[in-house]
Amino acid sequence: MKNNEPVIEVEGLCKAFGANVVLDHFDLTLYRGENLVVLGKSGSGKSVLIKCIIGLLRPDAGRIVVLGQNVPDLTYMELDQLRARVGFLFQSNALYDSMTVRENLEFPLRRHWMNVEQNEVNDLVHKVLTSVGLAHTVDMMPAELSGGMRKRIALARTLILKPDIILYDEPTTGLDAITGMEIIELIKAVQHEYQTSALVISHDMKLARHAAERIAILLEGKCCATGTYQELSTSKDPNIRAFFD
Amino acid sequence: MRFGVFRASFFQEVGALSRFTARFFREAFRPRYEWEELVRQCFVIGYKSLSLVGLTAFIMGLVMTMQLRPSMVRYGVEKMIPAMVCIAIIREIGPVITGLIFAGKIGSSIGAELGSMRVTEQIDAMEVSGTNPFKYLVVTRTLAATLMLPVLVILADAISLYGSYLGVNMYEVLSFRLFMEQVLDNLDYYDAIPAIIKTFFFGFAVGIVGCYKGYYSTKGTEGVGRSANSAVVMASVLIFILDLLAVQVAALIWKI
Repeated sequence: MKNNEPVIEVEGLCKAFGANVVLDHFDLTLYRGENLVVLGKSGSGKSVLIKCIIGLLRPDAGRIVVLGQNVPDLTYMELDQLRARVGFLFQSNALYDSMTVRENLEFPLRRHWMNVEQNEVNDLVHKVLTSVGLAHTVDMMPAELSGGMRKRIALARTLILKPDIILYDEPTTGLDAITGMEIIELIKAVQHEYQTSALVISHDMKLARHAAERIAILLEGKCCATGTYQELSTSKDPNIRAFFD
Repeated sequence: MRFGVFRASFFQEVGALSRFTARFFREAFRPRYEWEELVRQCFVIGYKSLSLVGLTAFIMGLVMTMQLRPSMVRYGVEKMIPAMVCIAIIREIGPVITGLIFAGKIGSSIGAELGSMRVTEQIDAMEVSGTNPFKYLVVTRTLAATLMLPVLVILADAISLYGSYLGVNMYEVLSFRLFMEQVLDNLDYYDAIPAIIKTFFFGFAVGIVGCYKGYYSTKGTEGVGRSANSAVVMASVLIFILDLLAVQVAALIWKI
């Protein structure tokens, strides 16, 4: 599925909050059709990286080229258009509490595609909910759903715009082992069904083992190694081995 | 030293709120306009406060009449009760009490809602969904609060006067028509107009402070509670400060 066309290229990315340097000349490339997992300890700057990529945080230095466009140089309008092609699954799911599942799913659709017909909206909502196995929840409120169901709905909301890339921020955090495994299987199924590229930020080794085609290790603000699970798990570097032991 | 720290944080807060307000005016007049959300917020904010405002206004009119009566009887001017209650309610008590209730109900609700949206990343989610969250959340809520408080104050004044009418009738028989004649004979435009105009500013203060506190909420659920609480405190203090300014400005314009 993977080919050699890069969809995300991060070069020399630096980001600091006051004296706290979070990312220090971080480099990364995501290829079309690839599932890339960025592993790092808690507080190592994984979420900062993914928020810089989607334009929620402005980097101090470096290039972030997403689908051929350098994110820090984009105007608000251009960034909006780019975001319609890049899905983002938040760690906390970020479902709108005051809206039903249907309204949550319709929200990005109506905001990005202004003149979409109601029939088309209904079909898309049904299709993505079926993809995540939760078609029956369409009229429920987020508060009525379990943690795993909320994660699936958040993924469905991401899928509804048919993105080229999906960014996952800690998709299995806070879920039990079985539900976590279901989400991992769902990530793989979505990649297969929707032909997306995926950048997954996590510290979950089970996720890295099952979902990653390639892994990047984020350590002290830098990308210290990339490779397959097999390659990195046999590394001699003690810093890398620490993730796999 | 402690006073120095307080002074620095006070000026930082005033500066941040001023920048937030300036951003409101920049964003409010620039498309895309969120009409649908504005109408929804007007309904939610106005409707949510109506019962509480109505109840307190009714009790306010009734109690004021009952409290005023002994003094008025002592001086033999009980016939002036409707006029006195009416002027007190329309000029001052109606706008301020309704504004404070509005700050408690709507200011805290906006602060808590936006605060919880901030800490659960819903505001970020909105931004990646092709929506300017400042326009969608802040501009609409602040405008709705600005437009709805004057409506609520007018309703509260009317309900208060009805309460006062019932209060008068607890001790003597007075027809509603006669009561209203006494009210209207003593009421002038400069009693009502400045009082209504200042409620737009009260509403704006409640909306912008609630949004400011919620939008920049931090530190999880504890921060959400703090945002809601400080939104009410700050909005209430602002209402009194604006009231003081409004009295001075009205006195200058109407030369009263």
